Amino acid sequence: MDNKIKEIKESVPFFESKKGIILAGGIVGAIAVLLVVLGNPKNMGFCIACFERDIAGALGLHRAEIVQYIRPEIIGLILGAFIMSVAGKEFKSKGGSSPITRFFLGIAVMIGALIFLGCPLRMVLRIAGGDLNAIVGLLGFAAGIGIGIIFLNKGFSLKRNYKTSTFDGYIMPVFSLGLLVLLIAAPAFIFFSKEGPGSQYAPIYIALAAGLIVGILAQKTRLCMVGGMRDKVMFNQNYLLLGFLAIIVVAAFGNMLTSNFKLGFTEQPVAHTDGLWNFLGMALVGWGSVLLGGCPLRQLILAGEGNSDSAVTVMGMLVGAAVCHNFSLASSGNGTTPNGQIAVIICFVFLLVISVANSSMIKKNN
Amino acid sequence: MKIDTCGTSCPQPVLMTKNCLKKNPDEIEVIVDNNTSKTNVKKYLISQGYSVDIDTQEDISIVKGQK
Repeated sequence: MDNKIKEIKESVPFFESKKGIILAGGIVGAIAVLLVVLGNPKNMGFCIACFERDIAGALGLHRAEIVQYIRPEIIGLILGAFIMSVAGKEFKSKGGSSPITRFFLGIAVMIGALIFLGCPLRMVLRIAGGDLNAIVGLLGFAAGIGIGIIFLNKGFSLKRNYKTSTFDGYIMPVFSLGLLVLLIAAPAFIFFSKEGPGSQYAPIYIALAAGLIVGILAQKTRLCMVGGMRDKVMFNQNYLLLGFLAIIVVAAFGNMLTSNFKLGFTEQPVAHTDGLWNFLGMALVGWGSVLLGGCPLRQLILAGEGNSDSAVTVMGMLVGAAVCHNFSLASSGNGTTPNGQIAVIICFVFLLVISVANSSMIKKNN
Repeated sequence: MKIDTCGTSCPQPVLMTKNCLKKNPDEIEVIVDNNTSKTNVKKYLISQGYSVDIDTQEDISIVKGQK
């Protein structure tokens, strides 16, 4: 019967369509390439983990001199999502879904990302730059998402959120504006790298505009690196995965045009060749992100939409970045550190405990 | 069948819907409290062969699926 599978023909908003997310992903890929041309480190048009780590350094939360800068892209992402969610009447102050658990998950995800040297978005951009180490990372990321899905299917949940005070949701956008003021005013107590990745950046206002555009697009499309694979496996939905693939295709093409494409494992920018730890680092990020309900980029966007659970996660990532550099956990181009390897193992145990404790395996009606 | 997904976030609303559909109901009503969940549940129901109607009130929407 025709009317049995009658699909309500209400017009699908453009950004809910496959064309919409492909276009958005393509624009994100193109902007990432452009930011590298204009001064960002190679294969780092965007990296939520690296950029939050740079901000942590600028604020003096760690003293690694080569990674200190207030990245306007992060400010733009939060503000872009904020503006778009207000315009679309989607802005809502809410929170209360196991905030301290999310804070520590944020720390764990940051540790995994800085072992690999990149968040899932930078992993995608590294693949698009020909960095085969990121393919190893992708395999780990998929494995981590797989583990997370097992627990989701076993009833994992961090419990529901609730409405918070109206102003609660404005804290993160205001915090972003505060960062922007500190960046422009550049007072003596803010640290700016003189050399290394922290000293490589696109002009402030271009980087801010890039963040705003991507923030707007990501808010409209709900672009999420972890959601792509998760939704494909769990619900056979391709929508978010198409965005993920569009970023790779367009950024790879852009990198070739701008002579920034180099296929191989060795001598890749801001990367190391330690396959096991690239795999495990991203497995940690994948698993942690599934538990959090979205990748680091998505957490920033939700924080801009008034979600204080995601805001707490972002703060956890900032602290995680500081921990990584204060305790010598972060990798460098030379590879991983013993401390970093131990930290990853500890984080896996932590994720397992969190996963089991919050799933229906042992959960009663609490 | 009626399920309330208010307060839950990605991917819980769709997962709850999926678990409900295992019983193959002719009708299902999913209460959602944000646009993301509304869109995701709508898309999922359509992909499972349901026709979808959405009733939006102030803060919540009821996504109704019918076989």
